[in-house]
Amino acid sequence: MIDFSATCPIPISQYPHVLLAHGGGGKLMHNLIQKMFSPAFGNTNSHDSATFHLGNAQLAFTTDSYVVQPLFFPGGSIAELAVYGTVNDLAMSGARPLFLSVGFILEEGLPMETLWQVVQTMQQAAEKAGVQIVTGDTKVVDRGKGDGIFINTAGVGLIEHSLNIHPTSVRTGDVLVVSGDIGRHGIAIMATREGLAFETTIESDSAPVAEPVLNLIQAGIEVHCLRDLTRGGLASTLIEIAEASQTQIHLDENAVPVREDVQGACEILGLDPLYVANEGRFAAFIQESDAEKALAVLHAHPVCENAALIGRVIENTPGRVTLKSKIGATRIIDMLSGEQLPRIC
Amino acid sequence: MKFIDEYRDAEAAKKYAESIAKITTRPWSLMEVCGGQTHAIVKFGIDTLLPPQITLLHGPGCPVCVTPVELIDKAIEIAAHPEVIFTSFGDMLRVPGTKTDLLSVKASGGDVRMVYSPLDALKMARENPDKQVVFFAVGFETTAPANAMAVYQAHLLGIKNFSILVSHVLVPPALEAILTSPTNRVQGFLAAGHVCAVMGFTEYEPIAHKYHVPIVVTGFEPVDILQGVYMVVKQLEEGRADVENAYSRAVNRIGNRDAQELIGEVFEVIPRKWRGIGEIPYSGLGLRKEFIDYDAERRFGVVHLTAEEATECISGLIMQGEKKPHECPAFGSRCTPESPLGATMVSSEGACAAYYRYRRFEEVQS
Repeated sequence: MIDFSATCPIPISQYPHVLLAHGGGGKLMHNLIQKMFSPAFGNTNSHDSATFHLGNAQLAFTTDSYVVQPLFFPGGSIAELAVYGTVNDLAMSGARPLFLSVGFILEEGLPMETLWQVVQTMQQAAEKAGVQIVTGDTKVVDRGKGDGIFINTAGVGLIEHSLNIHPTSVRTGDVLVVSGDIGRHGIAIMATREGLAFETTIESDSAPVAEPVLNLIQAGIEVHCLRDLTRGGLASTLIEIAEASQTQIHLDENAVPVREDVQGACEILGLDPLYVANEGRFAAFIQESDAEKALAVLHAHPVCENAALIGRVIENTPGRVTLKSKIGATRIIDMLSGEQLPRIC
Repeated sequence: MKFIDEYRDAEAAKKYAESIAKITTRPWSLMEVCGGQTHAIVKFGIDTLLPPQITLLHGPGCPVCVTPVELIDKAIEIAAHPEVIFTSFGDMLRVPGTKTDLLSVKASGGDVRMVYSPLDALKMARENPDKQVVFFAVGFETTAPANAMAVYQAHLLGIKNFSILVSHVLVPPALEAILTSPTNRVQGFLAAGHVCAVMGFTEYEPIAHKYHVPIVVTGFEPVDILQGVYMVVKQLEEGRADVENAYSRAVNRIGNRDAQELIGEVFEVIPRKWRGIGEIPYSGLGLRKEFIDYDAERRFGVVHLTAEEATECISGLIMQGEKKPHECPAFGSRCTPESPLGATMVSSEGACAAYYRYRRFEEVQS
């Protein structure tokens, strides 16, 4: 029986309204998921996609919505994000992405030319990622009630391996590999949106990563967990995994690849690249003996050419992420409440 | 990256730490004035490299932290006006007033926008002539020139729909307030490099001599901060109390004259309330009468709005170096970044937020 009188699990006194931070990938968003969505839907899946058996096949299923402004930015657009984001979520289960659905919510007055550009780019992105867009839906809302275009995609993929790629598979002794330099997408968007000009144009890292992931599995590498780094950045992702796996993850700040222009922009804005969003990067937890082989497989793909070993899973304090700072001292990495806000001075 | 890597070099940091240990013969308490320095100290773990006799106290130099709650309430009231576009630097948006914060005003329909410069707010005023654009002018001497420039340009261009809510504070009077407190523990200061880049450091010289306290102008990278600590400790050990400059790549003795003149043209020195500390005479800036039309407090009739600080918050004691964040009974329990009792827990530069974010586990357990 449904209990309609149940009180709202998010303390209304504290947050009577939804704030932007509830979607920022930090603590408020996790509270929303853990306290409202998961219990309401009776589901505690803590991974990027759900996996299940259907007949003899094992499938991965996921969905994501895309609300970025501007629609087109250096290195990508909402169209690529909508395809690659969902493809990458499927890949994080080690699945081969196959089919996508797309739902468009369009704002009255959107130039048809813009829509056509988005649609064409989505098709090209789908071809690049090796998936088919097979079903869709369109809604139009009044002018002023949308932000040009919102896109939802859902995706299905086929799991062809017997690994249990999940946070609970992470073990003490595992090594942590990041698939490339971090922070480019978040800085590219911020620079375009806020009209910040740097000496070079920083391009988003938006890219599909299913192929390198499948290659890792095909090479026989014992992959324990995969997670794509999106909102909240590398730091938030690792905290989620440390909590779900009840392990301690120890990072070496000097080993984390950050491009110089991204680092420079972060310095100016007072942001920490560890928390900046990515759209074509993932973290992989791998058995230590496979570390070198895994890096070799990843380096063969242009999208992963800067892949690096950045940390280890150690036995100490479960559920915690720690970092050896550039000057050699150790500190904890905590999840932010919402998005990072640029500092005053 | 040039100017970053060499100042975050583990070997250089280690060498400085060893030199500090070598010259230290007894306990000393130093205060870093600026919140940016506090953040760097805790983020990089700089204090963990120091000998146990050296205590770093975290000073009042975080503009978000010292802005009194009544000014936040005024900002919130102004931002709720339907004709207002309220603009602010990012980290002021989450600071709680008595009842709510600016981000919640935004969620309830207020037009609250983050900007990176007051001149962007002025541009917004020109582009939206039917709106009132208000900029929340907070900060120390560092942000004062840009804020003065926005008002000056508005005046020059005759832009009437622009105003600023002023909450400017000054460093030297705060140092004197700390030094004259009967419970003062500070024996030497790391002065804030950015503030001195604007103001120079002549105004610190009488303070160093009057109170016999060494003051070293210090930067924000780990090696900068260790160098500042080294120079303060060396003075203390030698019994000297001078103003020295450890940040000469950005600061000279007289500072930026153009910026100082602009500040002087637009602003005048007035008493200011500091959150958690109270009113300090001659410690802030307000608009001169020639520019008073740009004062948002008057324009929106909130001059007399008052508010009480939360009584449980001890941020005043923390910013004067009398307590450390984890010595507060509410730290990490009733007071967290999600539901802060005071501003030191909100701003990323606030001492409480820095401790919470980077080391709450060790500190709470000890």
